[in-house]
Amino acid sequence: MSLWQKHAIIEKNSIILVIGILIVVAIGGLVEIVPLFYLKNTIEKVDGVRPYTPLELAGRNIYVREGCYLCHSQMIRPLRDEVERYGHYSLAAESMYDRPFQWGSKRTGPDLARVGGKYSDDWHRDHLRNPRSVVPGSVMPDYSWLASTDLDYVHIDRDLKTQAELGVPYTNEMIADAQKDIVIQATTDSPDAADLAKRYPKVNVRDFDGDPKRITEADALIAYLQMLGTEVDFKLYDDKANIR
Amino acid sequence: MANALAPQETPQKTMTVGEGGLALTFVALALLSIVIAAKAYTPEYAFHAYLFTAASIAAVFAIINRYYERPAEPPPLTIDGKPNYNMGPVKFASVAAVFWGIAGFTIGLYIACELAFPFLNLDLPWITFGRLRPLHTSAVIFAFGGNALIATSFYVVQRTCRARLAGDLAPWFVVLGYNFFIVIAGTGYLLGITQSKEYAEPEWYSDLFLTVVWVTYFLVYLATIMRRTEPHIYVANWFYLAFIITIAVLHLGNNAAIPVSLFSSKSYIVWSGVQDAMVQWWYGHNAVGFFLTAGFLGMMYYFIPKRAERPVYSYRLSIIHFWALIFIYIWAGPHHLHYTALPDWAQTLGMTFSIILWMPSWGGMINGIMTLSGAWDKLRTDPVLRMMVVAVAFYGMSTFEGPMMSVKIVNSLSHYTDWTIGHVHSGALGWVGYITFGALYCVIPWLWNRPLYSLKLVNWHFWISTIGIVLYITSMWVSGILQGLMWRAYTSLGFLEYSFVETVEAMHPFYVIRALGGFLFLCGALLMAFNLWKTVNSTEAEAPARAALAPAE
Repeated sequence: MSLWQKHAIIEKNSIILVIGILIVVAIGGLVEIVPLFYLKNTIEKVDGVRPYTPLELAGRNIYVREGCYLCHSQMIRPLRDEVERYGHYSLAAESMYDRPFQWGSKRTGPDLARVGGKYSDDWHRDHLRNPRSVVPGSVMPDYSWLASTDLDYVHIDRDLKTQAELGVPYTNEMIADAQKDIVIQATTDSPDAADLAKRYPKVNVRDFDGDPKRITEADALIAYLQMLGTEVDFKLYDDKANIR
Repeated sequence: MANALAPQETPQKTMTVGEGGLALTFVALALLSIVIAAKAYTPEYAFHAYLFTAASIAAVFAIINRYYERPAEPPPLTIDGKPNYNMGPVKFASVAAVFWGIAGFTIGLYIACELAFPFLNLDLPWITFGRLRPLHTSAVIFAFGGNALIATSFYVVQRTCRARLAGDLAPWFVVLGYNFFIVIAGTGYLLGITQSKEYAEPEWYSDLFLTVVWVTYFLVYLATIMRRTEPHIYVANWFYLAFIITIAVLHLGNNAAIPVSLFSSKSYIVWSGVQDAMVQWWYGHNAVGFFLTAGFLGMMYYFIPKRAERPVYSYRLSIIHFWALIFIYIWAGPHHLHYTALPDWAQTLGMTFSIILWMPSWGGMINGIMTLSGAWDKLRTDPVLRMMVVAVAFYGMSTFEGPMMSVKIVNSLSHYTDWTIGHVHSGALGWVGYITFGALYCVIPWLWNRPLYSLKLVNWHFWISTIGIVLYITSMWVSGILQGLMWRAYTSLGFLEYSFVETVEAMHPFYVIRALGGFLFLCGALLMAFNLWKTVNSTEAEAPARAALAPAE
């Protein structure tokens, strides 16, 4: 009985065929995915990476909602031109709290992994309202309604709580104060700014959208954009530290 | 049925467990949806809850109405010794495929125009590029492709097994439930409900619903195979089965998320960062490998031999090609993550298997094209067959281009550029589009038992959309490679030569050409819709001609 004839067993029994398919398609995925959860060098230890503040998380959720990742990557590759154009190549640790990851696959617009601090809040506000007012050749849509829509953060504590259940180190205190922390971060010269910075180091505290009377979706989104890629201090970062 | 003559009296009609159970399930779902609608965090989510309520109530009425209309006996499995095929769901899904195809191509054309002329975003949230792009990809992959796969798989499995489709309500639940999922997913994108995971954008509740639909699909398919009266399971069914099983596994793995609340559409994925990236592209690449390849290879293995009236070229090649393809495809995901923070070992594995994948892919291409041995003249005389053979040729081309682009050094140039978009479309328009068009041109005349209205129009469809595809992929090659080179260009003094926006401005002419290509492709599809409409409504055969959306039972 040749091997070809043996295959008739599979062709004549649907259950064996189903099991065969399951086994064959399982192998590649298991080999490539499972070790990423066990090998320590998958995510190197880096100082400075912290969970998002409630306002930044709300901003990130707007980034996710609008599908920004379809045109903007957040992953700088270790290639000469990219490092010179965008900054230090991205580290795995820098997206360790990203759910979902937003590395993207297309750069219709520039990479945003280190856009934080590169432009002023005013620039971002104008750019979101009408990108061509600051970058004439841009093909980005206008997002003017962000600045006129109040941020909905009634349930933001639920967002933090869900993330905490998934292992993000949000403390009970952070979850309880989530709504308050949004107001603190979006207020210029807030008296509680130092308090907030203790929980979330290097946090930017100010009114982001130029309208101090209300907290809008633009406030949240700009707060998120302004912190992107700023957590790790690359003057202190030692890229050899994790090589064994 | 053999004993159909025995009881002459009208037998007592009773509701089956399936009918009663399904009706009760939908009543429960309607009640749950009303509660969710009332307490929803956002009006968008409440809207979806109302849609679920309305659809559940409609389902209950449909089930009860069907109960009153139907004869007491279940439909016989065979009539006069011939299988009594259940083609109602197949008809519905094939019409839905045409409808969603036109919708998906139209949205694609619109977003192509948005990139060329950004004022078309109109400063409206619902039609920005970021919200419409997932609508386009989902409409063409899952709505057009998915309905075509469900239609042809249900057709092929019945024909090649010589058995009636398993289940009574189940096949209808699969086609109607799947299309309801599409409506929920699509309206969700417009309203800003998305996970922003590429090709897996629907949120947790749509994903849960799809899981139920998909498992039912699998069970109907498997139970039909088990009913077969042929000893062997035909090769097309291996591919359809691999597609159904693997998509289920991928869907569950990549959408493992915890909702913020039952009353919120928002969820957070359990994977994060680099692991999420790997899981996403394990899913994403195999959505291509199993949804857009294995499933459509099933189509190829039935419709090309059938149309050419020749046997499949090589039985042994189909065995090797099948197992090698499904084993190797799964490994190729990391080539979407070259030079990223994904560990190098995973990137290298992904690249290696992507290159190996070239072989089984071409094995399939050879098996498909060589099936025409002895019937090559039909390429001249039958534009439907020509369309399917050109589809396989495009498959061969893009499965060569893919492994090439997965080589790291090539990828460093091509990644993040339009080259990827062009590559995807040579596969999507050329392979998936053409093999589906060919299958629809075959299956719709067969289903409605009428001759195809016009072969001449098929010829026009073929040439118009071929010009469209050529314009599309060549403009994307040029724009992709041009932009990749501009990003890495240096002046003689060692500075980056171009600012980012200069590279964006350089894309404009190619975006216009691309939109023109998409327009031609859409025109071709409209010709097809007209042709099929005339076919279904032709008076050449008897019976009421209003067949389009009515379940034919």
